[in-house]
Amino acid sequence: MIPFRTKKTFAHGVHPPENKNDTSRMPIRQFPFAPVMIVPLSQHIGKPARSLVQEGQEVMRGQKIAEADGFVSVAMHAPASGIIKRIGLAPSASGKMIESIYIAPFPSSSQEINEGQPCNIDTATPDEIITAIQQAGIVGLGGAAFPTHVKLKIPDDKWVDTLIINGAECEPYLTTDHRVMLEQQQDLFTGIRYILKATGAKRAIIGVENNKIDAAESLRANLPVGEPLSVEVVPAKYPQGAEKMLITALLGREVPSGGLPADAHVVVVNVATAAEIGRLLPTGRGIQERVITITGPGVKDRGNYLIPIGTPLRFALETAGLTDNVSRIFLGGPMMGQAITSIDVPITKGTSGFVVMTENETRRIPEKVMPCIHCAYCLDACPLFLNPSHLGILAKFSEYEQMASEYNLMDCFECGACTYVCPSNIPLVQYFRVAKGILREKKAAA
Amino acid sequence: MNITTPKTLQIRTSPHIVRGLHTHDIMRNVVLALLPVAAFAIYAFGLAALLVLSVATFSCVLTEHLICRLTGKDTTVGDWSAAISGMLYGLTLPPGLPLWMVAFGGIIGIAVGKALFGGLGQNAFNPALVGRAITQAAFPVAITTWYPAFAVERFQSLPSSTLALPFMQPVWDAVTTATPLGTMKFEKQITATYDLVMGFTSGSLGETSSLFILAGGFYLAARRMLNWRIPAAVLGTVAALSGIFHWIDPQEFAGPMFMLFSGGLMLGAVYMATDMVASPMTSKGVVLYGALIGVLIVVIRYWGGLPEGVMYAILVANAVSPHIDSWIQPRVYGTKLKKEADLRQEQIQTESATR
Repeated sequence: MIPFRTKKTFAHGVHPPENKNDTSRMPIRQFPFAPVMIVPLSQHIGKPARSLVQEGQEVMRGQKIAEADGFVSVAMHAPASGIIKRIGLAPSASGKMIESIYIAPFPSSSQEINEGQPCNIDTATPDEIITAIQQAGIVGLGGAAFPTHVKLKIPDDKWVDTLIINGAECEPYLTTDHRVMLEQQQDLFTGIRYILKATGAKRAIIGVENNKIDAAESLRANLPVGEPLSVEVVPAKYPQGAEKMLITALLGREVPSGGLPADAHVVVVNVATAAEIGRLLPTGRGIQERVITITGPGVKDRGNYLIPIGTPLRFALETAGLTDNVSRIFLGGPMMGQAITSIDVPITKGTSGFVVMTENETRRIPEKVMPCIHCAYCLDACPLFLNPSHLGILAKFSEYEQMASEYNLMDCFECGACTYVCPSNIPLVQYFRVAKGILREKKAAA
Repeated sequence: MNITTPKTLQIRTSPHIVRGLHTHDIMRNVVLALLPVAAFAIYAFGLAALLVLSVATFSCVLTEHLICRLTGKDTTVGDWSAAISGMLYGLTLPPGLPLWMVAFGGIIGIAVGKALFGGLGQNAFNPALVGRAITQAAFPVAITTWYPAFAVERFQSLPSSTLALPFMQPVWDAVTTATPLGTMKFEKQITATYDLVMGFTSGSLGETSSLFILAGGFYLAARRMLNWRIPAAVLGTVAALSGIFHWIDPQEFAGPMFMLFSGGLMLGAVYMATDMVASPMTSKGVVLYGALIGVLIVVIRYWGGLPEGVMYAILVANAVSPHIDSWIQPRVYGTKLKKEADLRQEQIQTESATR
């Protein structure tokens, strides 16, 4: 077999320790049902879904229990056959209380999945595919949870020629996408056909980092013949999985500042999302489970699990088993994941995994912030060529307007590479999050 | 089912991991890289060098510690930056400088060059060079009186000037000599390149051995604790300019090899100009900064009244550095394209307007 060329990459970035070996060889396993599941009506960016069920009502697994409220919103489906215990506020990973549906699965149900209206790829129009994706409740499974159908609906004044399937998975610890690429290849290829048709893109490139070379080789060996599909390997580097970075790495194009990938004539979809589209649309099902990685030094039974959406984190932790010196749990990877305050939050569509850290790892992080010594490590880390050092100084003086107008603050997608490399422990990306939040509030108030 | 629910969970914002290379690690490595240079200085100049280096380092570290105490802050000696300043300052001094003068410059260097600006990260100028500049201004004769390297009795006896009492005129031994740059400037004699590279000449403690300086520089550059573009730009500019002038008039102007390996150029380019705090941050910016230092060095050495100009060149460039940083910003991802698109848009608009 011809070896992959792995030269293509983007400029700058960092190389955090990958820590993927614990779970990368473990096949996806089915996770049991929790006694009570919590399905938040807002698991995505956009408007919360509207509930279709009442307390005490019995639902089937896969039945639609909430419908999309407007275009930037998606439907929700029951993760298990059971009874609606209550509809009310439940804690979420962000700390906010969110309107959620509590479902108690029937203990002795066969848990067969309810099927809906299939979407036939040969007869469906692009708009019908996009509606079907919205009805299936699919959002970006890589972590952002942006409704996929909104991304695939290319505005009339733009066009795309290339679909990039994002299999970079640059976050340390997580191996979800790696396993999906190895185990759900036919779903992935079907999903790609749907997306190509929906967006009008002429070809699809599956971009994989070279720390998952087994997945890349397996995909390439099984590529359907005669279709415009290819697999490309890029060197492992964080944040390669960011849309802009992967576009630049694979195609050498840049997305204009403030623009969308469609401005560079590209649409980027995560591999797990594409595989989910290929799995759900032919049968008309809705998304009621997803693959997540449960890992970290604090977990006893690490692995990749197919887990029902709405499983409370507490149940997941109980099932996987914890060591007794746990100090921090975060949803997502260690670079961009969210530390949680309560273990009663549910696993949602956007949860690609969670990592449990023990005191051994977190103790090492020093707290004292030292002065900036202008080492320029952050400039060499920032994939967008921003000047984090100077932005940090401006943030200290609350010069938020200047940060945005002269130093492109709003382009920052908060990858955290600057904070990761800073030898003085300056919380740069944290400053930028605050600054962006304040600017957004100001804009909303104006 | 029951789990030992974590009693406390740390809530922090991402990233949850850090590289773990801290400021004090960088600084400690610079000290490490300077040790061979210091060792060679002691080997070449004997006990006097050991005393000068010790007093220089000790005075800088102690000053930093006392100022922190006086201002009610935690001591910052642990970040090793004062130790670097002290060692570098000591390496720029002539071997026979009276020790009280050494201490005087070290105290001023840290107090005025660093603490007054706000401490580490705020100093506009390299504190070691501020210390040396003050010493040179205060004691112009003492700082330009040189003893030869590899004197026979260097480990048995001290020059009589070393232990001169404070505020008294030092008595100089009869064996003083001139530096290669001095002989070039005033007698138009060129020292052999081999002697310069190996450090067989006279000069300031740390400037005579280009080999050890370069070795330390390569170590730091390989570990990304030093921006290699700065020494490359400084040395490249000096080599290019002196090459041109030497070609025009070989009698009047010394050639590139002599220029590169004489005086404090190597030490300055590798260790002084690269002070992270006082140098620009962008790649283009540091090249400009290095080139400016190179030009100034050549101008001072060829046409100035002094034989050596590295210190002043770097101090001037330090002052310019913040301005370079505000002029030269990195090109932000996706912005050049936007401008091109704007240009195209403007073109279309002007075309349609003219029609």
